[in-house]
Amino acid sequence: MIFVVFLISVSMSIALVFLLAFYLSLKNGQYDDTHTPSIRMLFDNKPVKKEKSDSQISHLK
Amino acid sequence: MATAQVVQTECFHCGQACEEVHWVNDKAFCCYGCQTVYEILAANNLCEYYQLENHPGISSRQVDEGIFAYLDKADIRQKLLTFDSKTFSKVTFQVPGIHCVSCVWLLENLQQMNRGILRSEVNFTRKSITIDFDPSAVALSKLVALLSSLGYTPQITLNTESNIVQPDALVSKLAIAGFCFGNVMLFSFPEYLGLNHSDPYLIRTFSILNFGLASLTFFYSGFGYLRSAGKSFSQKQINIDVPIAAGLLALFLRSSYDIVTTTGPGYLDSFTGLVFFLLIGRWFQSKTYETLAFDRDFKSYFPLAVQRLAYDQWVPTLIYDLKPNDSIQIRNMEIVPTDGTLINEEAFFDYSFVTGESRPALVKQGEKVYAGGRLIGQPVKLVVEKPTSQSHLTSLWNNPVFGKVNASKYKKIIDQSARVFTWIVLGIALLTAIYWQFTQPAQMWLVLTSVLMVACPCALALAAPFTYGSMMRVFGRAHFYLKNADVIERLAAVDAVVFDKTGTVTHGDKPNVAFVGHLTEKEMRAVKSLAGASTHPLSCLIAHSIKSISIDAISRFKEIPGKGIQGVIGDHFFQLGAAEFVGAPRVIDAEGSMVFVAIDNDVVGYFQVRTVVRKNIKEMISRLGKACDALLSGDVPSDADLMKKIFGTHPILMFNQTPHDKLDYIYNLQQNGKTVLMVGDGLNDSGALKQADVGITVTDNAGIFTPACDGILDGTQLDALDRFIRLAKASTSILKIAFVISFLYNAIALGFAITGNLTPLTAAILMPMSSISVVGFSSIAVNIVAKRKLKS
Repeated sequence: MIFVVFLISVSMSIALVFLLAFYLSLKNGQYDDTHTPSIRMLFDNKPVKKEKSDSQISHLK
Repeated sequence: MATAQVVQTECFHCGQACEEVHWVNDKAFCCYGCQTVYEILAANNLCEYYQLENHPGISSRQVDEGIFAYLDKADIRQKLLTFDSKTFSKVTFQVPGIHCVSCVWLLENLQQMNRGILRSEVNFTRKSITIDFDPSAVALSKLVALLSSLGYTPQITLNTESNIVQPDALVSKLAIAGFCFGNVMLFSFPEYLGLNHSDPYLIRTFSILNFGLASLTFFYSGFGYLRSAGKSFSQKQINIDVPIAAGLLALFLRSSYDIVTTTGPGYLDSFTGLVFFLLIGRWFQSKTYETLAFDRDFKSYFPLAVQRLAYDQWVPTLIYDLKPNDSIQIRNMEIVPTDGTLINEEAFFDYSFVTGESRPALVKQGEKVYAGGRLIGQPVKLVVEKPTSQSHLTSLWNNPVFGKVNASKYKKIIDQSARVFTWIVLGIALLTAIYWQFTQPAQMWLVLTSVLMVACPCALALAAPFTYGSMMRVFGRAHFYLKNADVIERLAAVDAVVFDKTGTVTHGDKPNVAFVGHLTEKEMRAVKSLAGASTHPLSCLIAHSIKSISIDAISRFKEIPGKGIQGVIGDHFFQLGAAEFVGAPRVIDAEGSMVFVAIDNDVVGYFQVRTVVRKNIKEMISRLGKACDALLSGDVPSDADLMKKIFGTHPILMFNQTPHDKLDYIYNLQQNGKTVLMVGDGLNDSGALKQADVGITVTDNAGIFTPACDGILDGTQLDALDRFIRLAKASTSILKIAFVISFLYNAIALGFAITGNLTPLTAAILMPMSSISVVGFSSIAVNIVAKRKLKS
């Protein structure tokens, strides 16, 4: 019977680790805003151009 | 006769039709504000803004940076900032203007515009922006001015706490309850499978583990119910939480007793499951409220600070600090914060905010200006008469109506039934206890606790949030946003609907102006110049409607009040005004006003200014039938005939109504036993909105105009108002059916409990079943009904 107890304690501790992970992510604010990141990923990170005039021309085309 | 048509140019920034086109870099802009925003963005290399969405901009009203100077005062800073040090500060603003992808992009790239801004992050759902900045490089007032110049003016209120209540605590409670529920079910498996007696040691281990998990649920997740019940108990009241807490307590204590005395495995799976489902109900409710911010009151329309004259200098002063005889300066489009006397010669004030009359009123030197008026035109000086709290508008809002909280009826009903329920359950428990005491005294306590725990009206508690919660979501999808679920209950009971006119039945600010007759383009331009020189509302409308650039100089301009205007432009003498003024035959247009045009004393045609009624209103009114009670308008009865056509003979049409009249009218209806729904457009009927059992604001841009009311309806959806009322009625019936279902489960379970046959297995099956079936039934039924009613 001792192996059942051992297995249960293993399963419980794994489950507890996940619960803790969820709790920490909640506290970190990962679930505060679930909508904006889906918008943010649409933005391109353009290389910043030093010369303004250059980039303006490309925008105005 | 031809109607003049001008090709419309859309503004590159905001997408509105341009009146006077400003050209920059081959792009058209409707106003200087839009052009400025574009120039700022172009200069900062941020034109990607325009590539993410078409016409994403908000027309920015010109702001004077001085307006925000008060934000740099130490006590105000302290209230707004969430973190403050010498080189790093953090602030969160509500920005109602956030509406699209481009907004998010621009607001998160603020650091490219000002070195002092370190980082900015937008929360789209809450329409808020959090900015980290260096206060030594950029002042808070500059930051707000920058946002404002881009068209994203933050909403700054000092009295409400800016930090929004986080649903964090609820989510972690829910997570713990879910975790415990799952694991307890797992450890109860041997018992479900009838392996109870195979290994007493193992069963004991499982029981103890279950007990540990359930204690966690009881003391962490379910404690809120116990506390709320305790609170209501100490106030000698019984609310819905009392029977729930009694049930939870009975379940937990009985199970603990079973486990400690090793007489059985207890009912811990039912217990944790119950807590889990109850919390899901709460979470669901909080989720539906999240996107709606309704905490604005009339004060948020008032300016926070004005320019006050102190020792020959204008200093920004909080309006609450104003004293009688202070001199203050009011600028164009600013709202007068307190009653005062005008020092300047004359000025126009728009009181639509207070009285509902949409035409600006002329105030002469020495006359009184009331709080709530909006200045139109040149800046003026006022002498303060009274401190803010006593003035006109505040007194309207201090009406007892606003003091009393609209006690939610449905909560009352539930609490009432909970009270009845509790007494019935207690009665049954007592009778059962007496019976068992005489027949089998040893079993008495066990049976008693079983009765108490299955009688817990948890399905009753779940039914309302789930039914109304899903109905709120359905409404939300149809652009009808409610303050909370109670509104649905009240909406279902409505038997009298009262409408406001301007902005509700009609488009408030966009009357239809058409020219009948013929004018060359040059003459059209001259008419615009002439009309533009006058402040009369009709002249303004006409000037706005002509889309060309007016540069003509006017000589010998004359305005004859009540008649018209005239002037010489080029070589011609132009007249614009009433029929008798220009010498035209008098014609009466039933649907609006007519303004005649004469050139060199020759009548060449006339402008028709008509109120534009929203689409399909007439059909909606006729579907409402007898329920439609009245139309209350703050305006003069100029379009009474048009309104008669729409409303028919039954509803009463009343004009020249002050906010007080509207409020009184609704109060009288209520005295006659009616449940009133008031549909209005905002603050000038806010009193009536609040007095009515349900007050709904109609708006064309949700999120920008949200005064204190019970719900916001998108202007395009007004024609579905009757359907929303019918849906609300349907959801009350659904709720009743859900009550019956949950009651049936309770009755069956009680039968088991009273006869002493409630095994842990029966409890484990019956209790979650009742919750799940009630939740499932109400959500599915609501969606089916909504689909059917909203489409038909």
